[in-house]
Amino acid sequence: MTAEAVRARQRRWNLDDNAVRNLGLVGVLVVLVVIGVVTRPELYADPTWVRNNVLTILQQASAIGVVTVGMTFVIVGGGIDLSVGAIIALAGVWSTTLATQSYGALGMIFTALVVGLAVGVVNGVLISYGRLVPFIATLAMLVSARGLAAQISGKQTQVSTNDTINNLATTRPLGIPLLVWLLAVVVAAGWVLLNRTTFGRRTVAVGGNPEAARLAGINVKRHTLMLYALMGLCCGLAAIMLTSQATSAQAAMANLYELDAIAAAIIGGTLLSGGRGTIVGALFGVLVFSTITNLFAINNLSTEVQNMVKGGIIVAAVLIQQFRYRSLTQLLKR
Amino acid sequence: MSALSRRNVLFGGAAVGAGALLTACTSNDPGTSAQVKTNESGDANAAPGQKVVIGFSAPAADHGWIAAITNNAKAQAAAYSDVELKSVAAGNDAAAQRAAVATLISQKPTVIVMLPHDGKELDAAGLEAMKAGIPVINLDRAFPSRAAYRLQIKGDNFGMGLAAGAYIGEQLKSKGISNPIIGEIPGIDSLELTQERSQGFNTALATYGFKVANRRPAEFTADSGQAAATALLQALPKMDAVWNHDDDQGIGVLAAIKQANRSDFFMVGGAGSKAAIDLIKADSSVLKATVTYSPSMASSAVSLARLIGQGKGMNDLVELQVPKEITLSSETITKENADRYAALGF
Repeated sequence: MTAEAVRARQRRWNLDDNAVRNLGLVGVLVVLVVIGVVTRPELYADPTWVRNNVLTILQQASAIGVVTVGMTFVIVGGGIDLSVGAIIALAGVWSTTLATQSYGALGMIFTALVVGLAVGVVNGVLISYGRLVPFIATLAMLVSARGLAAQISGKQTQVSTNDTINNLATTRPLGIPLLVWLLAVVVAAGWVLLNRTTFGRRTVAVGGNPEAARLAGINVKRHTLMLYALMGLCCGLAAIMLTSQATSAQAAMANLYELDAIAAAIIGGTLLSGGRGTIVGALFGVLVFSTITNLFAINNLSTEVQNMVKGGIIVAAVLIQQFRYRSLTQLLKR
Repeated sequence: MSALSRRNVLFGGAAVGAGALLTACTSNDPGTSAQVKTNESGDANAAPGQKVVIGFSAPAADHGWIAAITNNAKAQAAAYSDVELKSVAAGNDAAAQRAAVATLISQKPTVIVMLPHDGKELDAAGLEAMKAGIPVINLDRAFPSRAAYRLQIKGDNFGMGLAAGAYIGEQLKSKGISNPIIGEIPGIDSLELTQERSQGFNTALATYGFKVANRRPAEFTADSGQAAATALLQALPKMDAVWNHDDDQGIGVLAAIKQANRSDFFMVGGAGSKAAIDLIKADSSVLKATVTYSPSMASSAVSLARLIGQGKGMNDLVELQVPKEITLSSETITKENADRYAALGF
């Protein structure tokens, strides 16, 4: 089918590129669920189990989902943040020290958010005003934030004795876990911010063509700084969510979250070079990974195979993107 | 302009204030208690003797167990008036530790106690020290060459799995469950120690005719334990028993069990952390037992290093010198004996 035919069909259905890609991800999700139903019909026969399973998949996607929303903003704005796992660890550890815990749940939440925000601001300043390449600046932050987290925790697992924090993971308003509500709020806020505000339009402009954005009167440096600060804030929130789920924090927590978040954003249709991306796609990306983990668990398949499948999905998603953006005919000519 | 600068002052002030508040929040003294052998029984070996300088090298701690190893070694050395402990930081990898051990050898300590990053990679360092006439005590991660150590003292990973499997097998047999559903949550799956633990577990279960129904590896961290346990619980809506290899990741496993509101099974832990022992004693959760892999071996290594340095043997043995290899037995801590083990928790 030629690109023109594809576009004509899209016009008929009134769909833009993003909607098509998101539908594709929904398709992948459906396929994964169907595989689950076929391989473990006895589990799927129990409606209570199915309902629980959906909520479990969503709850396990909540912390990484919040990070991915932040990551989408950073990547759309032309950057990358490799330090998110380390920021979560630092915010988690800092908010569970004995001194912080003595200030109660609000003190812990405040600490996690401020630490996340502060590290994000440092990243942003290094990148926008210090003119460091985002890859290098956040790689340095990855190493040093985990180092500081290990220093603060004395390399021990810090158990949260605060019931309010620990209960965040068990509370289920209207039958849906609080962490899932949090994810929904962050996704909704992210969607509005990216699609319905000047901040969002500037993010796209800065990521698409920074020079043009500067000439159009956007303060590119300050905007970049704000993107990394937003990322840090998301990490602070994710740190609280993870701490409540694990009822503890430690310097090694949120291991490789940076890769999961980047991968989810990419398969959700965010262009790694910046200037384009969707929040809804990123959410679907996270859900695809969370569903794969679930599918492999209920079939007792090894995590090694699971990681290979994840890698395959990332490659496939990027290949499909390339097909869409250099039309099929162009590819055939080469 | 004035509005802008006022805003800047406000933001700046808030940032400085938050910073000051947070720096105050890093204080963290959980008051770790070390596992020390104090000898008040008038044992001949306890009497102060010839001065022994012990060189000590262990990887930088990234886990409660390694932190406890270093704490124990230091505390045990401090308990002897005739021992001086020279601890060198081993850095983050085998190469850094090789360099650290080379420095240590040049300082000519009486004995070296070493927990290598990797037994195979530090084998040469052990040989070098032995060649220089310094007896090496190889702690936990074994050197392949038998010439590289004077004494090897280590835990028993296979035995740990064996003990966990035997406890689970016995419990299920006594409950009369003939076809039980058993889950397993190992630590980092690519490590040899994890594979040995799982082999031991399967071997013990096989003697009862049981096998593992589902196995979800975590990464020795609480948050990975939570994720692995959540997946396991979802995969096994009915379960009779679960073995979690590590009590540190067990914090997350127990949290996941609480979040899933499950109590249809019992759980066995691994390593023997203080929190796990307390929980077993209280009998308030699904955690009914844990199998030890105790960092107390570092304390014992320092005690034995002192004896080797002074040329003494172990009193209860006939031999005049300390044996060459000691493998600690993995013990099963249950509600019944938790009191006795409380002091050994880390």
